[in-house]
Amino acid sequence: MTTLVPTDAPAPLTPSLLYLDGVTVSFDGFRALNELSLQIAPGEMRAIIGPNGAGKTTMMDVITGKTRPDTGEVLFDRGVDLTRLDEAAIANLGIGRKFQKPTVFESHTVEDNILLALKGDRRARHVLMARTSAEEARRLEEILEIAGLSAQRERLAGLLSHGQKQWLEIGMLLAQDPKLLLVDEPVAGMTDAETEATAALLKRISAADHSVVVVEHDMAFVRALGVKVTCLHEGSVLAEGAIDTVSENPRVIEVYLGR
Amino acid sequence: MITRALLTDDRTGKWFLAIVLGLAVVVPLLHLAVPPSSPFHISTATLALLGKYLCFALLALSLDLVWGYCGILSLGHGAFFALGGYAMGMYLMRQIGTRGVYAHPVLPDFMVFLNWKELPWYWYGFENAWFAFLMVMAVPGLLAFVFGWFAFRSRVTGVYLSIITQALTYALMLAFFRNDMGFGGNNGLTDFKDILGFPVQANATRAALFAASAVALALGYLVARAIVASRLGKVLVSIRDAESRTRFLGYRVEHYKTFVFTVSAIMAGIAGALYVPQVGIINPSEFTPANSIEVVIWVAVGGRGTLAGAALGAVLVNFAKTTFTTGFLAPYWLFMLGALFVLVTIWLPKGILGTLYDFWARRRPAEKSAAKSETVPQPAE
Repeated sequence: MTTLVPTDAPAPLTPSLLYLDGVTVSFDGFRALNELSLQIAPGEMRAIIGPNGAGKTTMMDVITGKTRPDTGEVLFDRGVDLTRLDEAAIANLGIGRKFQKPTVFESHTVEDNILLALKGDRRARHVLMARTSAEEARRLEEILEIAGLSAQRERLAGLLSHGQKQWLEIGMLLAQDPKLLLVDEPVAGMTDAETEATAALLKRISAADHSVVVVEHDMAFVRALGVKVTCLHEGSVLAEGAIDTVSENPRVIEVYLGR
Repeated sequence: MITRALLTDDRTGKWFLAIVLGLAVVVPLLHLAVPPSSPFHISTATLALLGKYLCFALLALSLDLVWGYCGILSLGHGAFFALGGYAMGMYLMRQIGTRGVYAHPVLPDFMVFLNWKELPWYWYGFENAWFAFLMVMAVPGLLAFVFGWFAFRSRVTGVYLSIITQALTYALMLAFFRNDMGFGGNNGLTDFKDILGFPVQANATRAALFAASAVALALGYLVARAIVASRLGKVLVSIRDAESRTRFLGYRVEHYKTFVFTVSAIMAGIAGALYVPQVGIINPSEFTPANSIEVVIWVAVGGRGTLAGAALGAVLVNFAKTTFTTGFLAPYWLFMLGALFVLVTIWLPKGILGTLYDFWARRRPAEKSAAKSETVPQPAE
């Protein structure tokens, strides 16, 4: 976790990479997010926990431009207002998202999935003429290696196992080289060995100076990550801090962990 | 992979181009050089029919590009075909000159009949072949661009998009039926005389039009193939399979859709323009929603997402249509067409070519991977 402020930054009042303040989202009168405030520092990894309906996925929707908040501020990377941008623009700013259900392009090969995710010019006229550069080929190899999918590169993504799809999707996130990764339940449906490997992979990613926000229900996994935890409840922050502090908080036990 | 040269890995494409370009040479020769007494002679009627099939094949190819690869089920592609046809028809009308029934030097017969005194502004320029041929592409292309821009930006997808494409062609049909539109009302445009100075009815002109249709189909295939094989083509398939995932990767989906929809509409327009001089008429019935739906059936039968299959489907279904609408089965043709669609959807969901590909794929890697599988390490899970 880094607390260093870049020297060229203006008055470092908010050294955070992501800054949410007073964000409220209502669906037909139901407040999915209620005055939610949250800050993620550059290079930080944060785990988000909370019961179903606490607003975890809505929060990701707001950050990635899928849902517009009714009120509140969502700022990224020194003051870019995310509420004014659409999904593609936000993705190109450097925010990557992994969905709860693994979503990969099933009729493309593993290799093409990653190639399409590689950071680069996304404009149609450029993509029409694009050829795989040496740099892209190198990145491709590297990511296949990290995601443990080198042997599967020619296979269609639709033929991968559930765990492999999760990894491919994380690989695609890496290919995007985002400043911030939002990862929704990465270990759902994984075996214990896969869960451990995923925790190691996420730690490695965050060590490489990416901020990571992980939404997860699996407390053993959250513990394995060993990072600051935020517990959401009814659309706002219920508790925040080290895993042991949060898991001993009586309110957290009451609404989420159970006795 | 993305960098491979266009046709190195496209065996079907090589066959397809060889056949189509072969037809471009052989069919006109059999029509012009072989005497009518020979069993190999191709009659004028057959030539016109085959030319029509090729135009339909190009139309099917254009639909396959958007439907098969980008998941845009357009139920209004006939509109772009008809607009291209009308642009060509306007050129052909202006070529008639004083040979019309009313012998007016500028106005086409139907305008004289309606007591119009001068040419409407939107008919200006159509006496020039270059202008008319440009409009053949520009009018459908522009309409598709504007329509696509608004529809895709508003994120209209799936069945809703299909319905508004259907509404588009229906609205155009109603508009073109009106006499005040200035496109000949329900009679449309007909009685053509010359194209580029050659008589439309002459055998040599017909042969040339056939060859032009075959060449257009081949070029259309190459353009579609180039798009599909490019990285943009991969993005199109990604949009088809997981649109929001593609957005979250940073691709501006609406731009990609608008691009491919416009290219496709231009192809459909060219198909319509080649169709009109060969059948000798263009009228608003070409805008009928049922026509556009029929194109979808051709593509489904031939194999969606295979390009060559779409063209094959168009030819096969239209051949069946020609065969079965001229005989005692004629009253039942629409039932057969409907049954064909239902049966193909149930038993050949990938169409003829898609099913063949699956069949080949199952046979070939069976041999290949038998040798290979032992060397592929299984991932530790």
